[in-house]
This record gives sequence, C-alpha cells and structure tokens, in this order.
Amino acid sequence: MAKVLVFIEQRDGKAKKASYEILSAAAAAASNETHAVVVGDGVAGLAKEIGTYGAATVHVVENAALKLYSCEAYSKAVKAAIDAVKPDIFLASHSPMGKDFVPAVAALCDAGLVTDCTSVTFEGAKLKLKRPMYSGKAICDATIVAAGIQMATVRANSLGAPKMDAAKTATVQNVAVDLGGMKTKILEIVKGNSSRPDVTEAGIVISGGRSLKSAENFKMLEDMADVLGAAVGASRAAVDAGYRPHRDQVGQTGKVVSPSLYIATGISGAIQHLAGMRTSKIIVAINNDPNAPIFQVADYSIVGDLFQIIPALTAEFKKLKEST
Amino acid sequence: MNLYVCIKRVPDTEMKVKLKADNSGVDLAGVKTILSPYDEFAVEEALRVKEKNAGSTVTAITAGPAEAIEVLRTALAMGCDNAIHIELADGSDSNMAAKAIAECLKKEAPADLIYFGKEAIDDGAAMVPQMVAARMGIPSVTIVTGIEYSGATIKCKREIEGGSSETVEVTLPTVIAASKGLNEPRYATLPNIMKAKKKEVKAIKASDLGVAASDQKVKLSNFQMPPPKAAGKKIEGDAAAQAKALVQLLHTEAKVV
Ligand SMILES: Cc1cc2nc3c(=O)[nH]c(=O)nc-3n(C[C@H](O)[C@H](O)[C@H](O)COP(=O)(O)OP(=O)(O)OC[C@H]3O[C@@H](n4cnc5c(N)ncnc54)[C@H](O)[C@@H]3O)c2cc1C
Repeated sequence: MAKVLVFIEQRDGKAKKASYEILSAAAAAASNETHAVVVGDGVAGLAKEIGTYGAATVHVVENAALKLYSCEAYSKAVKAAIDAVKPDIFLASHSPMGKDFVPAVAALCDAGLVTDCTSVTFEGAKLKLKRPMYSGKAICDATIVAAGIQMATVRANSLGAPKMDAAKTATVQNVAVDLGGMKTKILEIVKGNSSRPDVTEAGIVISGGRSLKSAENFKMLEDMADVLGAAVGASRAAVDAGYRPHRDQVGQTGKVVSPSLYIATGISGAIQHLAGMRTSKIIVAINNDPNAPIFQVADYSIVGDLFQIIPALTAEFKKLKEST
Repeated sequence: MNLYVCIKRVPDTEMKVKLKADNSGVDLAGVKTILSPYDEFAVEEALRVKEKNAGSTVTAITAGPAEAIEVLRTALAMGCDNAIHIELADGSDSNMAAKAIAECLKKEAPADLIYFGKEAIDDGAAMVPQMVAARMGIPSVTIVTGIEYSGATIKCKREIEGGSSETVEVTLPTVIAASKGLNEPRYATLPNIMKAKKKEVKAIKASDLGVAASDQKVKLSNFQMPPPKAAGKKIEGDAAAQAKALVQLLHTEAKVV
C-alpha cells in the first residue's frame, strides 16, 4: 500500500483541472491510499468536491497568510501537511505554481523530486516516471533512488481526463502551520486580460508565426481559439516581432506544451519550436511552403495561405460546435 | 553588495540528439555548448545592479565537470568580477548541485542577491534556484521579468498562470530566477573575452562542500528518441474544401474536437 498525497491547486477558491487529473489517476491505482492537500484561506469548502475525484482524506491548511500564493508560505504549508500525513509519494501539477514551490518543499523535506513528468505509474510503493529531456528531443525514465518521500510534478494533460464520482466522500483533516516572519509579500496580481486558458494548461493550442505579420492579425487565431476554448501560442519570431508576449512563446526557450490538438499556422518548424510542441497528440500544420519542416511532425497538413484558411477553418469549427 | 550568479553550461539549442549506445544518456561528444539562455538575463541583471551600487562585486558560480569552466569565462567576459567552479561529476542530480551551491554560498561573503536563470534548457528541471533558497533559509522569486530595487527590499514582477502577472515584495537576501523580459543581455567585447581568459577561477571540489554520492536522489536511464510520427495526411483542395475536410477529420478520425 502506498500513501499518496496530491496537491490540489486553487486560485480564488476554484480548483485546477490538472490537479484533479493527478488525483483521479492516483486514486485509480488500487495499491494507493489517496490523500489530497489544499492550501489557502477559506478553502475548506473545496474538500467535498476534492473527495469526488477520489481522495479518501482531504487535508486542509488554512491561514490568513495563505490567501495569496507565495512560494515561501505555500512550501511551509505543504511541508506541514507532509509532516502530518507522512506519505510515500507526493504529486503536484507542473503548473506555474507547482513548478515554483515543489522544489522548495523537496529541499525542506530532503526528498527526491522529478519535475515535468509526462508519465507516472504506481508500482507498489515505487513511482515509475518518464520525463522529457532537451525540451522533448529525448525522453527518459527517472527513478528516485534515495529513501524517503518520492516527489514528482506532472505535466498537464499527461494522465487522462479527471474522473469524478459524485457519490464519493472524503474525511477532512485540518493541518496547522505557523507562518510568522514571512519575507515575501504579494503586492498586486494583474489578471491577464484574456479569458483564454494558458498555453500549458489548454487542451487545444493554436499558434501563429512570423508570417501573421502583425499583432492585429493574431485576432484571427483568437477568434478560432474562442470557438474551441483554446489557447493562443506563438513562435519566437512572432514574439520577437512584438506580436505576442513572451509568456505565449512555445518552444525550447518558451513554454513546452502537450495538448490533445496543436494547430501551427505559418510556423516553419525550427528545431527549437518543435522542442516545445512535438509531444502534442494531434498536430495540424498550415503553411504555404510544402517543404516547411513543420509538416514532418504534422498529422494533418494543409499547404496553403493562412490568411484564407484560418477564417474558413474558424467558420467550420463554428458550424461543428453549433451542430453538436 | 555581494551579488552571485549561478549559471550552467548546456548544449546549443540547435543540437540534434544522438543517444548513447547503451541508452544511458545523450551523446554530447562534439556538441557545441552555450551559457544557458536564461542565465544570460541573470548575469546581466547582476552586472546592472553592480554598476548602480559602487563597491559591489559579482561572483559567477557553476557546478559541473571540468568543461563547465567555459561558462565562467563567458560570465567573466561579460563583466563578472570573480568566478567559482564547483567540481561536480557529470550525471549528478539537481539535489547535489543545489546542495553544493548552497554550501558554497554559506562559505562566501554573505549574499545580498543570488541570481539564476529560471531554468536550464538541457533538463528544464527548474528546481535548483528554489532548492538553494530553501537550503539557505531565504526566499526565492522565480520567472522574474522586472525588478525595482529599494534598499533592503525589492519588488519583483513575475509571470503566473493564465497570462496573469504579480508583483512580489521580498526582503533581501533572496534568490531570483530570471526570465526573458528582465533585461537585454550585453555581448562580451573581444578585449574583455581575452582578459577573461587570464582571470583566476577558484576551484572547489563538491566533496569539500560535503556533497557525497549518497546525496544523489534521482537517476535517469533508458533514454529514447520521441516515438516517431506516422506520416501525416495531406489535405487537398481550395481553402474552403481544406477547412471542411480538416474539421471532419479532427472530429471523426482524431476525435479531438
Ligand atoms: C537559442 C535559441 C532559442 C530559440 N527558442 C525558440 C523557441 O522557444 N520557440 C520558437 O518558436 N523558436 C525559437 N527559436 C527560433 C527558431 O530557430 C526560429 O527562428 C523560429 O521558430 C521561427 O519562427 P517562425 O516559424 O514563426 O518564422 P519563420 O521561420 O520565418 O517561418 C515562417 C513560416 O511561415 C510560412 N508562411 C509565410 N507566409 C505564409 C502564409 N501566408 N500562409 C502560410 N504560411 C506562410 C513560411 O513558409 C515559413 O515556413 C530559438 C532560436 C535560438 C537560436
């Protein structure tokens, strides 16, 4: 029996799908005793929902100092939960939040950590992990050889859709933590002016390259994204040209994404771009150069002018959404 | 101020991956190497702070095998004052690197700011900065795209999820993990590159910092190329026909929309 503790990420009292994806996968392995930990201020109400995704026990760490996320406070809070639960395995999403604080927790617990895993299997009390190296140009097995807690952060969309069972309930345990003397303070959060998901979290990513020619033309991709609930990404050339912010850049020096559908429009497919998106399940490439390297990784290829194809495609997606 | 920059030597982004025959790793023989791109922002930021604060020193640190010294030369050529090479065997994990750097920093002049790149582009693990901070009992701020300095505290702008950003105030000393947008890194000039070759690099054995083989927590094995893609389908016709056919295929064949 392995005791698994899964971190459930929340902002403004809303839990992240990527956390439930991990929780469901952990709960599905019969050899696991599955616990969840949620951290914040006034988040105990989430425990019921967390239970329906398979946690037998939900550990709640509440404190006024945890209202807004900071690495310093959250790593101490999660460390307190780990000390209380004493799990064999700790898992969190490789989200901007998870990738920030989990390494600090690993250091505080002197535990072995593997980040950005794309495959997680439970073999008794042992974790079997796979992760990309060189931005996905290779993939390898990662084994935590040290005794003690095994920790991993998991790339979104790697473990299948979360499974919810409304009949399932969890026991709730409160965990106390002393957070005096914090040296970080969140002064302000500026919400992105978009309702679209982040490229790393989205199930569908639509990216544009230099050939979109202007920031305004990306509106075409935004329109398509809004029909599909997708995120908009960009090549570095598009970012360098100022069409999109760096946080939307996909590639070796941008975000690494693994959505179920990646649509590359007017992107040549440089090795550094491929490194950021080649693990996507289905890749569509739209390019007017039949020899563009992007076609080598594409499942569906369209040779043509993006300025004609994108609007036509958006119209077709709209029709599909209206008919289903 | 005592400023430190922790940097890593990584394969060039153009590298075509070739696996070792026994799949124990990637064959890096003859591969061109560079200073990890995000580390350039870290070096630049430390240099700018030094230039505004007379009497400050910038010390570049790397933990790695003998060849890792190359990135220290790059950092010296950019303008760092001192360089420390922590000799750490190839194949050591992030925990060993973090322990070595934290122990090294504890022995040096007390740090005000310790800069890293937000991640090294080889393993992309993005964990050493936060681990060093936790080991030293100081805060860390990652994915930093802007810093306002004001004495004992600084205000950092950082990216968070969903395209949002936040401003974090942090009391020094702190670890900073730099991202693109923080600054425009300078190029080293030829005379400075020549001078950097002659500068002294302090060598410290990781074992002298208490790092032992037993500190290795993670082992990587069974390296593989990403599974090859089956040849894709080419969709013909005019734009309207192509769009229609593609949506049908995505819906009924790939089942992703
Ligand atoms: C250290 C380093 C790190 C890097 N990191 C990244 C990274 O993280 N991400 C990244 O993306 N790049 C990265 N790059 C850059 C990379 O090498 C390429 O330069 C970049 O990806 C090219 O972007 P692009 O495909 O938009 O532009 P281009 O290469 O210029 O390609 C434009 C494409 O659009 C097509 N096109 C033009 N007009 C049309 C039209 N009307 N309809 C359809 N197609 C059209 C062209 O045929 C061409 O294939 C990095 C480079 C270096 C050196």
